Amino acid sequence: MKKEQRKDEDLRIGVFICDCGSNIAGHLDCSSVTDYAATLPGVVYTKENLYTCSESGIHEIQDAIKKHNLNRVVVASCSPRTHFPLFSSSCAQAGMNPYLFEMVNIRDQCSWVHMGQRGIATAKAKDLVRMGVAKSAGLEPQQEIESSLIRKILVIGGGIAGLSAAQALRGMGLEVLLVEQENELGGLLRQLNVLDDGSSAADQVAALAARVCAADGITVRTGATVAAINGYIGNFTATIEHEGQQHEETVGCIVVATGAIPLLEAGLLGHNGTSVITQMELEQRLKQGPLQASRIVMIQCAGSRNEEREYCSRICCATAVKNAMLIKRAMPLANVRILYRDMQMYGDVKEKMLWDARGLGVGFEVYDADKEIQVRDGSVVFHQAVLGETKELPCDLVVLATPLVPRPESATVAGLMRVPTDKNGFFLEAHAKLRPLDFAADGIFVCGSARFPATSVEARTQGIGVAARVAAILFKDKLIKSAIVAQVDETSCVGCMGCLNVCPYEAIKYDSKKRVCVVQEILCKGCGNCAATCPSHSIILRGYRPEQLLAQIRAL
Amino acid sequence: MLDVGRHPHIELLAYSEVEAVEGSAGCFTATIRKKARYVDSAKCTGCAACTEVCPTIVADRYNENHSTRKAIYSWFAQGIPSTHTIDTDHCRVFQGKKCGACQKKCEAGAIDFEQRDQVIKLEVGAVIVANGYQVFDPSRIPEYRYRDLPNVVTAMEFERFLSASGPTHGHVYRPSDLAVRNEIAALEKQEARARRGLARFEEKHGQSSEAFYQQQRSGGQPAEADLQQWLEKYEEYLPLKTRLDALQEQAKTIRTAKKLAFIQCVGSRDLRFYPFCSGFCCMHSIKEAIIAHEHDNDTTSVIFGMDIRAVSKGFEEYKVRGGNKSNINYRRSRVAEIVSDANHNPVLVYEDTKEQRVKRETFDLVILATACQPADGMADLAGVLGIDLNQFGFFATSPENPVDTSREGIFVCGCAHSPMDIPESVAQASSAASRAVQAVTQANLLTVV
Repeated sequence: MKKEQRKDEDLRIGVFICDCGSNIAGHLDCSSVTDYAATLPGVVYTKENLYTCSESGIHEIQDAIKKHNLNRVVVASCSPRTHFPLFSSSCAQAGMNPYLFEMVNIRDQCSWVHMGQRGIATAKAKDLVRMGVAKSAGLEPQQEIESSLIRKILVIGGGIAGLSAAQALRGMGLEVLLVEQENELGGLLRQLNVLDDGSSAADQVAALAARVCAADGITVRTGATVAAINGYIGNFTATIEHEGQQHEETVGCIVVATGAIPLLEAGLLGHNGTSVITQMELEQRLKQGPLQASRIVMIQCAGSRNEEREYCSRICCATAVKNAMLIKRAMPLANVRILYRDMQMYGDVKEKMLWDARGLGVGFEVYDADKEIQVRDGSVVFHQAVLGETKELPCDLVVLATPLVPRPESATVAGLMRVPTDKNGFFLEAHAKLRPLDFAADGIFVCGSARFPATSVEARTQGIGVAARVAAILFKDKLIKSAIVAQVDETSCVGCMGCLNVCPYEAIKYDSKKRVCVVQEILCKGCGNCAATCPSHSIILRGYRPEQLLAQIRAL
Repeated sequence: MLDVGRHPHIELLAYSEVEAVEGSAGCFTATIRKKARYVDSAKCTGCAACTEVCPTIVADRYNENHSTRKAIYSWFAQGIPSTHTIDTDHCRVFQGKKCGACQKKCEAGAIDFEQRDQVIKLEVGAVIVANGYQVFDPSRIPEYRYRDLPNVVTAMEFERFLSASGPTHGHVYRPSDLAVRNEIAALEKQEARARRGLARFEEKHGQSSEAFYQQQRSGGQPAEADLQQWLEKYEEYLPLKTRLDALQEQAKTIRTAKKLAFIQCVGSRDLRFYPFCSGFCCMHSIKEAIIAHEHDNDTTSVIFGMDIRAVSKGFEEYKVRGGNKSNINYRRSRVAEIVSDANHNPVLVYEDTKEQRVKRETFDLVILATACQPADGMADLAGVLGIDLNQFGFFATSPENPVDTSREGIFVCGCAHSPMDIPESVAQASSAASRAVQAVTQANLLTVV
C-alpha cells in the first residue's frame, strides 16, 4: 500500500481499548487493561476510548498513527465481524497498511460472558490483549487483489420480480440477459385474476413484459434454462440451454428471481379440485365468469403454520380477503366466511381491505388450530376459538389458502451457484435484516418470492432494489478484494488435493502439469479450511500464518 | 451509520432541513437550512468534555426522558456526526444568564455562541425522502392511563430499559421504583448537607445533635441564640431523615419487573386514531419479551393482541419459539382498561376469549405497542417537495411504481411510505436508490442526445 514495512523497522504498536459505553467498561476495568497494554513489548501508545468506533475514536486512531508513527494498531473492543473492516480501513486512510491491523474481542468473548466477575474479566481481557499484541507483531503488509468486471447481468426468472430487475438495470444503462424456463414471461401473475386494486394481473405483467422485450440492451430467452454457472463475481460464465442447444454467456452479476408456486396437495383438507379448491384455483374460476356457488367457506393456513411448514406464507390472508370481496360485490347475497388463525393484513392498504370486507358482509371466524377442521360433503366443522364451541357451516364451495412453496427446480438453481436455501427451501439471503437482497456469495442476488412469499408490489420493489445492489458493483472500474486469501507453496505441495475437498467455494484447482494445487484468489474467501487440512503445511492463509498464530498462543 | 458518515461520496447534512426543491428530475435545486449548532463542526472532536462542565441538566429524550443529559449534548454516544449541539431552550447563555463553561473548557475552541443558521443551495438529480415515522402518544387513549400510571410504558421506553447503555443498564426496573431511587439520591444529598450543618454545632458543644434535642425537649427552650439555631436546624433535619429512612426501607424491596404485559395495536387498528396496522409491533413485542427473558429467566410475558402478525421470513418461527422457550403467552384479546393497585402494579381488565370471561390480572409492568404514525410535519414536507400524501397521511405511491412519488425524480422509502419492518425498509431503500440512479441516468442520456 502506501507505506511499505521494512523487516528491520522497529515495532511501534498502538493499542486502543474500547469501553463500549458500559458494555465493556461496566464489567471490567478498562483503565487497568490500558495501563497493562502499555507495558507490552513493542507497544508505544495506548488509549482508552468511550466508543472506539465513534467518529472521535476513529480520529484518535488516525491521529496516533501519524503523530506516533505507529506501524501496528490493535483495537480491543467488540466483534471483528461487524467492526474489523471499519478499523482496518480507517488505519489505511491514515497511511498504514490495513493488514497490519489486529482486533481483539473483549466484549462478546469477555465482558458479556463474565458479567459481575470484574476481577476475572479484567484479567482475561489483559490475556486477550497480550495475545493480540503478540500476533500483530508478526503481521505483514499485503496488497489487495484487483479483478475486471463485465457490465452485463444474468436475470434468472421472468416473473414480476425478474422483469422489474431487468427493467431497472436497463434503466441504469446496464446490459441484461433474462432467462425464463416457460415459453411466456409473467410468472405466477399470469394465472391470477385481478390485483388488490381491481386491475387485471395478467394485463399488468404483460405490459411490463412488453416493455422489457422492447428495450434495447435486454436479451430475453424464454423456454430456456441455466445449465451451468462457473466463474466468480465480475466474471461469471453461464451455460444457457435454449431450443436444445447450449451456449455460453459471460456476465458480471446474477439475479435469482425464480419465484414460488402455491402448494397443491391432493387430499389436503379434502382438496378435490371441484368443491374443495385452492385460492389459485378460485382465481382461475373467477377469471372465467360468475361463480356457481353461494355459500363459500375459505380456510386460511391450509398446509402452513404447522409442523411440516412452520412459516406464515404472508400473502394468503390478503388474497382470501380480496377474493371474498370480489364475490360479495358480484353476489351481495352470497354467504362468504373466512376461517382464520390470525388475519395477516399488515400495513395500511391491507388492513383497510379488512375493514372494507367486514363492511361488505364477509364473515370472519377464528378457528382453533389445535383442533382438526373437518371438511365434509356440504359443510365445514371447526372449533370456533372466541365462542369456545364447535360450529358447522353449510357450504357449497371450500377454498383453501395454501402457502407459496419453493419451486422444485430452485434447489437445482441453488446448486449451480452454490448458494444456500433455508429449511423451507427458499433462497437464504446474506443477512435477514440488513442484506435482504444479497447472497453471502459475492455478485449473486435474490428478489421476489424465490426469497420468501411476496405480494406483486413487494416483488416489484425488490426487483427494482436488486438493480441498485448490482449497480453498486458494476458501476466501478474494477473489483478490489481483500488480500486475506490462501496461498500454496508449490515447492512443497505434493498435489494430494486434500484442500480441494474442504473448500466450500471451489476456489482451489489442481494443476495437472505442475502437479500442485492452485488457489483462485478471487474466489477464495479466506476461511482457512485448506490451511488447516494440508498435511505438508504447504497451504497457508495470509494474515494467519502458523508462526503468527503460534506467537499469539505462546503469549497466553 | 458510520459507513455512511465516512463514505467519500456521501455528504451528510445532519441537523438540517429542506426548505425548497425547485426544477425537475435530473436538475433539481434544493434549498437547505443548516441549523446553527453553536458548535463548529470543523473543530469539534466529539470528546464530550463540554458536557462534563455544563451545569444545566435536561431530560434526555433519547432515553425517553428516563435519564438526563446536559444543555450541550450529542443525541447518543455513537451518533454521526459526533459534533455536539447546544440546546438553546435550556442553555444558560441563551437564557440570558452568565455561563460559557463549555467555551472555557473546549480545547478545540469549537463553541461559537454567535453561529447563525446557514442556507445553502444544492444541485441534485433526484431526491429520496426517508423521514421515517413517529411513535403514537398513548396518553390519547384515556382507558390506558399512560400519563397517570408510572408502570405503563411504551415499547420505545422499554427498549431503552433493556439496552445496556440505557437508563437502567439493561435491568428492567420499573419507573415507579426508579422514582424512589431518584428521590433517595436527592434526599441523600440534602441529608449530607444538613448533617454537615449540624456537625458544626456538635463540634462546638461536644454533644450529638440527637442528645441535645432530647435534652431540649425535656428541659424547655434554650436561651442562647446559637442553641436556638441548632434546634431549628435539627427540626428541619428530622423529617428529611424520616422520609429517607422510609424510602430506603422501601428500596430494599425493589426487584426488577418479572411479570410483563404487552398490549398490541395501541393507536393502530383503531378507528379513533389510525385505522391501519403498524406492521412491525407484534414482532418488537415478541423480541422485547424474549430479550427480557434472556436477561432474567424468571420473566414471564403475556402479549395481548387481536392477531399476532408474524408475516416476514422466519417471524412465525420466532414467535413460536418465544412461546415455547421464553415464557411468552399470546392472548387474543383487546384490553379494555388499565387500573393500578396500591403498590403501583398495573391491573389489566380484559376479556379472555379462550375462557369467554372478563378477567382482572395484575402485572409488574405494561408495555404499549404504539402505532407507527405519520411523522409530524409530513404535510409541510409534502408541500415543500410538491408531492402528494395518501389517505393515511404517508407519501402516496402507486403499485406499478412502488417508490415513485407524485413528482418525477422524487422517491420515497421506509415508514414514510407506509408502516413496514426492517428487511422491507432495507429492500425498499435499495429500490429508491435504484430509481434515483435511473432518473439521473435518463436525464444524462437526454442531455447527451
